[in-house]
Amino acid sequence: MKKNNHPTKTNPLNVKELIEKGKKTRKVSQKLEKIIPFILLSITAVSVLTTLGIILTLLTETIHFFNIIPIWDFLTGTVLKPLNKVPEYGVLPLISGTVISSVIAMIVAAPIGLMTAIYLSEYASEKVSLVVKPILEVLAGIPSIVYGFFAFTFVTPLLREFIPGLEAANILSPGIVMGIMIIPMIASLSEDAMSSVPDIMREGALALGSTKLEVTKRVVIPAALSGIIASFVLGISRALGETMIVTIASGSTKNFSFDVTQSMQTMTAYIVEVTSGDAASGSTIYYSLYAVAMILFIFTLLMNVIARYVSRKFREEY
Amino acid sequence: MEHINEEQVKRRRNLRLLTNRVAQFIFMLSTLFGVIVLGILIYRVVSQGIGWIDINFLTGKLSTEPERAGILGAILGTFWLMVVVVPITMILGVGTALFLEIYIKKGRLQSFLQTNIANLAGVPSIVYGVLGMTIFVRALDLGNIVLAGGLTMSLLILPIVIVASQEAIRSVPQHLSEASYGIGATKWQTIRHIIIPAALPGILTGAILSFSRAIGETAPLVVIGIPALLIPLPGSIFDKFTVLPMQIYYWTLDASLVEEYANLAAATIIVLLLVLFLLNLAAIIIRHKFKKIY
Repeated sequence: MKKNNHPTKTNPLNVKELIEKGKKTRKVSQKLEKIIPFILLSITAVSVLTTLGIILTLLTETIHFFNIIPIWDFLTGTVLKPLNKVPEYGVLPLISGTVISSVIAMIVAAPIGLMTAIYLSEYASEKVSLVVKPILEVLAGIPSIVYGFFAFTFVTPLLREFIPGLEAANILSPGIVMGIMIIPMIASLSEDAMSSVPDIMREGALALGSTKLEVTKRVVIPAALSGIIASFVLGISRALGETMIVTIASGSTKNFSFDVTQSMQTMTAYIVEVTSGDAASGSTIYYSLYAVAMILFIFTLLMNVIARYVSRKFREEY
Repeated sequence: MEHINEEQVKRRRNLRLLTNRVAQFIFMLSTLFGVIVLGILIYRVVSQGIGWIDINFLTGKLSTEPERAGILGAILGTFWLMVVVVPITMILGVGTALFLEIYIKKGRLQSFLQTNIANLAGVPSIVYGVLGMTIFVRALDLGNIVLAGGLTMSLLILPIVIVASQEAIRSVPQHLSEASYGIGATKWQTIRHIIIPAALPGILTGAILSFSRAIGETAPLVVIGIPALLIPLPGSIFDKFTVLPMQIYYWTLDASLVEEYANLAAATIIVLLLVLFLLNLAAIIIRHKFKKIY
């Protein structure tokens, strides 16, 4: 506006024109003001569409699959041999593989993650925290394929030194490595929960003569319990959905057993196997991957909902 | 003070103090565990792969002969993948965050959208792969090209970008936007000239971290069906492609056939980790450099 009023301009605008111009720009900006919310609304709709897309694709193809294989046979079958002449589709071997690898992961991650959180929140000096936390962040940022490589080329050979019967592909090694991958997540979420416990409560207990350990056990952990449990549940959810580590290090044997030294396939690894084997669209084996993905989706969704419920419902407010 | 057994009190106190010490030591060991594992992991990968990294490795094409194999194709593939992912997630992520933080009123719809995004963030990456394979690769018949992979990756990291952007927008102090409204600015003008510039460092930090997630992610691309074969270098988003993690995957799988492949995988991991490290460094620099204190 100022520029246009400048006397050296060859075509100076008079006041009337200026008012006209102002009206025009205001009209444009008013229109813009009305359009923008709709643009942003449609952008926001993408995330809803993503959810719908996931549910609809999984559901339609899973229903196709259950038209071929009865749902009850699928859910209770202990034999999974999709490539046999008379193929058998029982999902239990995959579920046992998934559950066992997740249990191993949690046996590693839950205690170590929690103890790390305790150390960082209750014991460590500021200096130590400043060094350790970024390192844990790096650990959390390493892609799972790298952990898979680590499990396959380092942890498995190392474990075979101690466990002679361990197969080259086994569920134990990827389970442990998965646990290592989850440690930072549990540590940081639990630590957040513990640090939000007010210092007054700690000081009260300390003033009564408690040691730090007693304060941690009887004051901090009970107060932060909802956050800690939520972090465990999220850790389980992460382990259930982890793909590359188990695909690389656990092989593709569809064993329905509980022997951790053997190769076992998880649900995620099965999906990878089916899709890498370019299963023809429309074949039974192709539909089976959706049924497996559906179960995986329900499992992880359930875990996430539980985690949110726990952290909200049982949060102690101070 | 005859009723108090001083000896016993002392012993008990010492025991409690000792337990505390022992516990502290165990907690410290647990914390060190993660640090040590990280150290071993990096040492193993670097010692195995560093000897294989040279100019030929970085600029060579894929080859069945380990000595001649290079990862230029995978580097270009990762680049083109990001060409798709970055604009899509930035526009969708920031747009959704603006809508949720500024336009929508608190209520049922808002909490539904928010819950939906939180749930999406927890969906395993392989399920996004199944979605991408079904919708982008097969239904839209794009085939396993960069665009299909990029769209899938975008959906995967979108929830992270949205949440990070929301936090950044929320942390812009209220009085800035109120001052802007006060001098007659409209909502959009306030967003464009006040809120977005102030929230940009936070948005970028979150976005860069999620891009590094997309660069390292393998599972969705395996499902989409990225071939292990030797393919021509990708030159646009409509070409077939491979990326660094896929290369690591195939070389690790084939390490049982040809031992040198494990070294190639390690060398590729070094390159991948270096890329991720640089991205994280960029995020940290942005966070510190452009952090404004109001």
